[in-house]
Amino acid sequence: MANIVEITDLRKSYKDGFQALKGVNLGIEEGEILALLGPNGAGKTTLISTVCGITMPTSGTVTVGGHDILHDYRAARSMIGLVPQEINLEPFERVINTVRFSRGLFGKPSDDAAIEKVLRQLSLWDKKDNQIRELSGGMKRRVLIAKALAHDPRVLFLDEPTAGVDVELRKDMWQIVDKLKEDGVTIILTTHYIEEAEAIADRVGVIAHGELLLVEEKTKLMTRMGQKELEVQLTETLTEVPRNLQSDDLALSSDGHALIYTYDTNAERTGITKLLADVAAEGLVLRDVVTRQSSLEDIFVNLVKEDAT
Amino acid sequence: MNWTAVRSIYIFEMFRFFRTVAQSLLAPVISTSLYFVVFGAAIGSRIEQVEGVGYGAFIVPGLIMLTVITQSIANASFGIYFPKFIGTFFELLSAPISFLEIVMGYVGAAATKSLIIGFIILITAYFFVDFSIAHPLAMVAFLLLTTISFALFGFILGIWAGNFEQLQIVPLLIVTPLVFLGGSFYSISMLPPFWQAVSMFNPVVYLISGFRWAFFGTADVPILTSLLAIGLFTGVCLGIIWWIFRTGWRIRQ
Repeated sequence: MANIVEITDLRKSYKDGFQALKGVNLGIEEGEILALLGPNGAGKTTLISTVCGITMPTSGTVTVGGHDILHDYRAARSMIGLVPQEINLEPFERVINTVRFSRGLFGKPSDDAAIEKVLRQLSLWDKKDNQIRELSGGMKRRVLIAKALAHDPRVLFLDEPTAGVDVELRKDMWQIVDKLKEDGVTIILTTHYIEEAEAIADRVGVIAHGELLLVEEKTKLMTRMGQKELEVQLTETLTEVPRNLQSDDLALSSDGHALIYTYDTNAERTGITKLLADVAAEGLVLRDVVTRQSSLEDIFVNLVKEDAT
Repeated sequence: MNWTAVRSIYIFEMFRFFRTVAQSLLAPVISTSLYFVVFGAAIGSRIEQVEGVGYGAFIVPGLIMLTVITQSIANASFGIYFPKFIGTFFELLSAPISFLEIVMGYVGAAATKSLIIGFIILITAYFFVDFSIAHPLAMVAFLLLTTISFALFGFILGIWAGNFEQLQIVPLLIVTPLVFLGGSFYSISMLPPFWQAVSMFNPVVYLISGFRWAFFGTADVPILTSLLAIGLFTGVCLGIIWWIFRTGWRIRQ
C-alpha cells in the first residue's frame, strides 16, 4: 500500500543545541495504525508536532498525501487531525461550538450533520450543549478527538491518547481507534503503554534520543525478536541445575521448583524434545510444562537499553 | 484564502464577547457614564466653552477614543493570548490557515467589539450632553481606523505576553497615560508651549484631534497629519505582525 506520510531525513535542533530529531526516515502506509514507542524525551511529540506544523523542522522533508508540509501546507494540513497529549480546551465553551470551530478552521463549511456524526461516534451527542468544564476527564479527551475528526482527516495523530486514564477508558479509546481504522483513517499514536501498541497497532516504531531505532510489523517484530520460554515444573526442589543438563539456555527458577529453558521459535531445532528426554533420564518428575512468549515490552526495553549503551 | 477559517475565528471570538456581555458592554458604559457625570456635569458646568464647544460635549470624542483604544487593545491581546495560555494555540498552528487569516479573524473580532462599545458610548453620551457630528462619515472612518490599528497593536501584545502581568502592563503603564495625556479631556492648545511641543510626540494626540475634528470641525493638529499618524501606526503594527509570522517569534519553535 502507498505511503500517505513520508518523512525523509527529518532533523530538529533547538537554539540551545539540543537535537530532538536526528535524521528520522519513516513511511506511514495509508490505513494502518502505527504506534511510536519511546521513553520520555525520545522525540515522539517533536516528530508529531513537526509533521502537524506546530514545530519548524531544521532540515529534511515531510509530505502528507504527496503534499509538502512547508511549501504546500494548506493541502498537507487539511489531511491531518491532531489529538494533543494535554487536555487543552476552552473551559467555558460548549462542546458543539468548539467542534464546529475546529471544522471551520480547516476550511470546511458548517455542516450540522457532519458534526452530529462525529459527536455520536464519540458518544458526545448528549453532552453537546455542556460546557467543557462540566465534563469528566475521559469526556474531555473524547472532545479533543471529536475536534481532530471534525474536518474528516485522512491521517490522525494521537499523542499519548490514554496517558493517565483508567483501564476501562483506555479500552474504550482502543475501540474508537479500531472504528476509525475501519473507516479508513491512518492513525499514528505515541504511547508509553506497550500494552496499547500490542493491542491495537499494525506496526510499531521505537524511537529513542531522536532516532528511530526500528519500524516493523508488530507480529513480525515479536516473532523476530521475541524469545520463548519453557518452564519445566518439577515435583522436587533443586538447589542447582543438574550437571548433565547444564547449558547457557537453561536456568533454575528462584524457588528451585522449575527449570527455565529459553529458545528461539524460528530455529530449525528448538531443543525441547532433547531437554525433556534429558530431564526424564535425570530421574526428575514433571509436575507441569508452561510456555511463555516475550512481550513487546521486553523487546522495547532491550532495544532502548542497547541504544543507550 | 481560507475565508471559512477567518469567519470561524471571528464568530468564536464574538461568541465570547456576548457570553460575557456584562463585562464587555456594561462595564465600559458605566465607567463612561461616570466620566460624564464627574467631568461633564460636575466639573464641566464650571468650565467655559473649549474651542467654541461646551466642555461636556468637548470631552465626548476623547472619552470614546479612550474607551475604544483600551478596549481594542484588551480584546485583541486577550483573544490571542488566551489560546496560548490554555494551550489551544496548537489548533491554529496545525490548521491550514495563514497568519494573515489568523490576524484577520482575531483583529476583526476585536475591532468589531470596540466599534460596538464605541457606538454604545456615543449613544450614552446623548443622554448627558447635547452635541452634533459635523462629519459623520469621517467620524466612522476614524473610529474604524483606530479600532483596527489598536487591535493590531493588541494582537502584537498578546503574542509577546508570557503571562497575565505582561498582558496588563503595557495598557496600564503606557497606553492609558498616553490616552489621558493625549487631549481626551482638554485641548492641547490649553497647555503651556513646552508641554504642547512634548504632546506632539504622543501619537494619541493625533487620533483624538482627528476624531474631534470629525465631531466639531476644529482640531489641535491638521486633519491630514492625524490621518498620516494613524496610517503610520497601522503600518508599523502590520510590519511587526508580518515579521512575527515570518520568523515564528513566540509562536513556533
